[in-house]
Order: sequence, then C-alpha cells, then structure tokens
Amino acid sequence: MQTHQAKRVEITIEAVMESRLTDALKKSGVTGYTVLPVLGGSGRSGAWSRAGQISRASGMVQVVCIIRPDRLDDLLEGAFAVVERHIGVVTVTDCVVLRAERF
Amino acid sequence: MDQLLGLAAENLISPIILSFALGVAASLARSDLSIPEAVAKGMSIYLLFAIGFKGGVSVADHGIDGRLGLALLAGITLSFVLPLIAFALLRVMTRIDTLDAAAVAAHYGSISIVTFVAATSVLESQGLAAEGYMVAVAAAMEAPAILSALWLVARGGDGARKMEPNLLREIMLNGSIVLLVGSFFIGWATGKEGLADIAPFIVSPFQGVLCLFLLDMGLVAGRGLREGGRIMRPGVLAFGVIMPLIGSVCGLGFGMALGLSTGGVALMMVLSASASYIAVPAAMRVALPEANPSLYLTLSLGVTFPFNLTLGIPLYLALAQTVNGG
Repeated sequence: MQTHQAKRVEITIEAVMESRLTDALKKSGVTGYTVLPVLGGSGRSGAWSRAGQISRASGMVQVVCIIRPDRLDDLLEGAFAVVERHIGVVTVTDCVVLRAERF
Repeated sequence: MDQLLGLAAENLISPIILSFALGVAASLARSDLSIPEAVAKGMSIYLLFAIGFKGGVSVADHGIDGRLGLALLAGITLSFVLPLIAFALLRVMTRIDTLDAAAVAAHYGSISIVTFVAATSVLESQGLAAEGYMVAVAAAMEAPAILSALWLVARGGDGARKMEPNLLREIMLNGSIVLLVGSFFIGWATGKEGLADIAPFIVSPFQGVLCLFLLDMGLVAGRGLREGGRIMRPGVLAFGVIMPLIGSVCGLGFGMALGLSTGGVALMMVLSASASYIAVPAAMRVALPEANPSLYLTLSLGVTFPFNLTLGIPLYLALAQTVNGG
C-alpha cells in the first residue's frame, strides 16, 4: 500500500495553555490535532496528577498533530511562542500516513 | 475564651473537618485513596450551585438594601489591597524573590470558595444568619488580586508583565464564578418556592457532599505537603498562618464599617482570610509562568486552607460575635 512521510508532533503542556496552543497551531496551518488527557507525571517542576484536581492549574494535557514535513517549521515557530515560558515537552518524530491529502 | 475553645473543639470534631483530616492522613501515609477528577469536578459544581442558589433565595427572602453595593465595593477593595500587604509581609518574613512573592500575594487577595462554603455551614449549625449577597461579594473578590500581583511584578522591574487580552475574560468568566453568580440569580429570581422545589437535592445532601469534597481537598493538600513540603521554610510557613489573621482583621473592619450582621461580618473575615487555590493558580500559570507553583499551591492549600478550616473559622466567628454581638 502507498504510504507518505509525515511528522508527528507531540506537545505536553499545562492544561491552562491548551486553547492558546491549539489557536497557535491553527494559525500556523495545522488542519487537525488531538488533545489527550495526561494522567500524571513528574519532571523538573515537580509531580502532578489528574486525580482530584478541581483547578486546571496543575494539570497537563498532550496535543498531538500530524503534518506534512514542509509545514513543520511554521508549526514549531507558532508553538514555541506559546510554550517557551511554560512547563512542558515538545517532541517530533517521523511517521507515515496513508492519506497524505488530509495533512 | 471558653466560648472560642468550645466552638473550636466542636468544629474540630465535625464530620467535614474529620473528612478533611482523613484525606490529609491518607495522602501523607501514601494510601492509594483518590477521588477521580470528574467526581471532584461534579462535587464542586454541586456545592457552588447550592451555595449560590441559597444565597439568592436569602436575598429574595430578606430583600436587598444599599449595603449590597457597598459590600461589593468593600470586597473588591480588599482583594486589591490584601496582596499589597501580603507582598510586604513576604518580603519581610521570607527570602523569596519578587516574582514568587507577587504570585503568592495574589492568592491571599483572592478567596477560597470552599472555606466560604465551610464557614456558611458552621454559621448554619450555630443558627446564625448572614446576608445572602455575601455570595456575590465572594465572586467579586476572585479577580482583582491578580491585577495587584501583576502590578507588583511590573513595579518590581522583574520584566514587564502585560495582562494577556484573553486572561481577564477567562478570569471573569471562570466556570466557578459563572456558576456561583448564575445560581445566585436563579435563587433570587425563584425565591423560597424555587428552593422548595429542589430542596431535596441542594439542601439535604449538602453536608454529605461537602464531607466527600473535603476528603478530596485533604488528599490534594496532603499530596501538596508531601511534594512541596521541602520548600516550606519557617518564614513561609509562618506567613501562611499570619496572613489570614491579618486578612481577617481587615475583613472585620470592613464588615463592621458596613454594619453587616454578625454572620455577615464573620463571612467577610473568612473571605479576607482565605487564599485561592482554583482561579488564581490557573491565572498565575498563564500570567507568571516563571513563579514557582509548588510554593503558592502548597501555601494556600496545604497551610492556609487547613488553618482556616480548623482554627480560623471558629476564631473569626468568635471575634465577630465578640465585636458585633450575636
């Protein structure tokens, strides 16, 4: 089956920044993304957990998007402006997709 | 003094305080007890709706007077001013930097709605009435403190901090404020008849839901103490207890000047003494992301909230009764 190269960008960021990040992604031309809840974790800024959180202040979410390789720089520039000062992790990995026109 | 000790003892062995203590103990003992996020959110929605609705019914029942506007103004003023006092106190008592001090100060100008709910529950158990519009005062006190904190940071020269265009809207339309104010107006519009219709849902189960909610708060507070305990230096810890006392005295002054009832004065004291752990931490993560969240969350949720819940509320109530009568 014919497959196409793509980039999978995963951004784990504070829940309060979710809408700011997704707005930036849309502005940079991303056609779709998925937001996943993060159950918990630990990092340089300490541990966090979803359990019992009534505030979004210490919760995290993960935003995943798959894009064509030529759009990666625009996406990272837009996303970096949002995540620069905040707790979080940005990773980029290679992947393949079946329907290139959707990305 | 005997009355104060009696009230404190009665408060300490109430189901809501013991539920909170259970949560803290379970968390410190590293039990796997946890309340799912969705359940915690559901309970907070229930409590906010119930307290807002009952406040509105009380206003519908007793009518509205000129003090409402003045009480709102007093609440907003306190929320603007208390962070300035907290900031000065932090700079004297601790070695934390300007940014962290401003972020912590914002929490102490804003309010803890759960402390407010617990205080209204204590007032009810004592048969003391309070002005229903204190719910609206609580809502009005949520946001101004954040502006004071941003001003403190800008003034301190720690990098210019502009308010993000969307942030103020997000704070003002924060879900808890919308629900509290919205249910207040529903209660006001429907009055006692409306309350009678839904009393089996929002009156009878209230104390039980509050117990479970405080169990969860205890778990979160215990987790915060476990994780953030190491940054709690003696000066910072002392601040977490002294600042609510200073805030309560400010609230007492404003409540007395407004001529509020004893219950109203006690609630004004509780609002001034409490520290936010819902609206302000979220706002601080957006506006001042470099400030240490462990510091302000542990202080407000792990130190000041338990202090107010166990000793503060009976103390403020006894002071209000001594000064205002009733």
